[in-house]
Amino acid sequence: MRHLLSIADLSKSEAIQILDTAEELMRVSDGPMKKLPTLRGRTIVNLFAEDSTRTRISFEAAAKRLSADVINFSAKGSSVSKGESLKDTAQTLQAMGADAVIIRHSASGAAQRLADNQWMTGSVINAGDGTHEHPSQALLDSFTIRRHLAKGSEDLSGIRVAIVGDVLHSRVARSNVLLLTKLGAHVTLVSPPTLLPVGVESWPVTISYDFDAIIETVDVVMMLRVQLERMTELFLPNAREYSRYFGLDKDRLSRMKPSSIVMHPGPMNRGLEITAESADSARSVILEQVTNGVSVRMAILYLLLAGSHETGIAL
Amino acid sequence: MSLALPAADMARAITRISHEILERNSGSDSITLLGIPTRGAHLAARIAATIEKIEGKSVQHGTLDITLHRDDLRLRPPRALMPTRIPSLGIENRDVVLIDDVLFSGRTIRAAFDALGEIGRPKTVQLAVLVDRGHRELPIKADYVGKNLPTSFTQVIKVHLSELDGVDEVTIEEGRI
Repeated sequence: MRHLLSIADLSKSEAIQILDTAEELMRVSDGPMKKLPTLRGRTIVNLFAEDSTRTRISFEAAAKRLSADVINFSAKGSSVSKGESLKDTAQTLQAMGADAVIIRHSASGAAQRLADNQWMTGSVINAGDGTHEHPSQALLDSFTIRRHLAKGSEDLSGIRVAIVGDVLHSRVARSNVLLLTKLGAHVTLVSPPTLLPVGVESWPVTISYDFDAIIETVDVVMMLRVQLERMTELFLPNAREYSRYFGLDKDRLSRMKPSSIVMHPGPMNRGLEITAESADSARSVILEQVTNGVSVRMAILYLLLAGSHETGIAL
Repeated sequence: MSLALPAADMARAITRISHEILERNSGSDSITLLGIPTRGAHLAARIAATIEKIEGKSVQHGTLDITLHRDDLRLRPPRALMPTRIPSLGIENRDVVLIDDVLFSGRTIRAAFDALGEIGRPKTVQLAVLVDRGHRELPIKADYVGKNLPTSFTQVIKVHLSELDGVDEVTIEEGRI
């Protein structure tokens, strides 16, 4: 494995290896010394051409715990806002000797384009491209589910996950559907028809328009953020109606199975897709997702960067 | 391929090492055995069981993965991480006995020192190995050795343990140059 562009590129065993590696790295994060020398001397560039809080900070923390040097590069305040192309930006980073670029971009396929062209020789890690994929988020979500509900098992077989909300604009949902089903979980998408993508019938999932009908049957409720910034057309009659039909409120929370958990990739629109009570309830593992994210991203960086690519890549 | 250490001899070596560890440390109270995965971890479990039989009480033992501290990470494809399990009393101020199957260049043990440094500060660090095959690249010496096996650099030492390989034995194979 040279790059991490899409969950579709990962085999099941590669995905499990990332989760297992994260599990061991988590022990390090829990220990007294949080820093490891493993990536000393490697330079990692955070190229964020779209806003992000937790993904950028999480990758930065992961890289620093492995002793890599991190350069943060955000579109605002850089030459990207002067119209510099992705190609020129990549070549500049190459000239500075970046071993890896973590890219977040509003265009679907931006990470793939960076990896396919010979603009730079380092690894490319997709940290979210348009409405396409967000593989590290899916990996940390599966990691969190496995820790809670599949102790001792390496995959997620038999676990029922509902992904609720704005699937159309959600790269998190796309990556999660691919990874969860790869790991053996059963996925139900719950969404108004206007917020489901074209071709969703061909996905390996069940589709429901009725949150109340499935809330009692699932082990995981994964709420998606309503992406107001991507809503250029009229997708919802109004926010109140959306909350009523597809929001996770106190009543729905109380009907969940005793062991089931609530997830959200953040940032949350409290009061829209999730109420404050649900977000802060004992079932919520939302902050744990953030903590786990650092270990999972350490695993990704370790597996991509610690070894040599010249001797063949056996992940 | 030749048989360097048959099962019965391996069992005797493990028993002797267990006694030597106890003698040197005046009992088992202060010691923490840490096996280096994969085979060192199994050897540590065996030595712990032997010591428990001799002393009639439990001994602190666990595993220490050194992968993240290796100095040759960049030379090879990425390696899987193995479990690190530090026993309940930790390593602070303990007499830590590192246990590995084969002592060769000494680089694994150097990495183990770094890995220990992440966790705490032991009182002493000692080293027990089943086989010392020579060819050290660093000034490192084992305190307890099952068997010294003089080898040529190209020969391959294989340690088989019943937990993993179904049989207890150490063999020497002629390597490819």
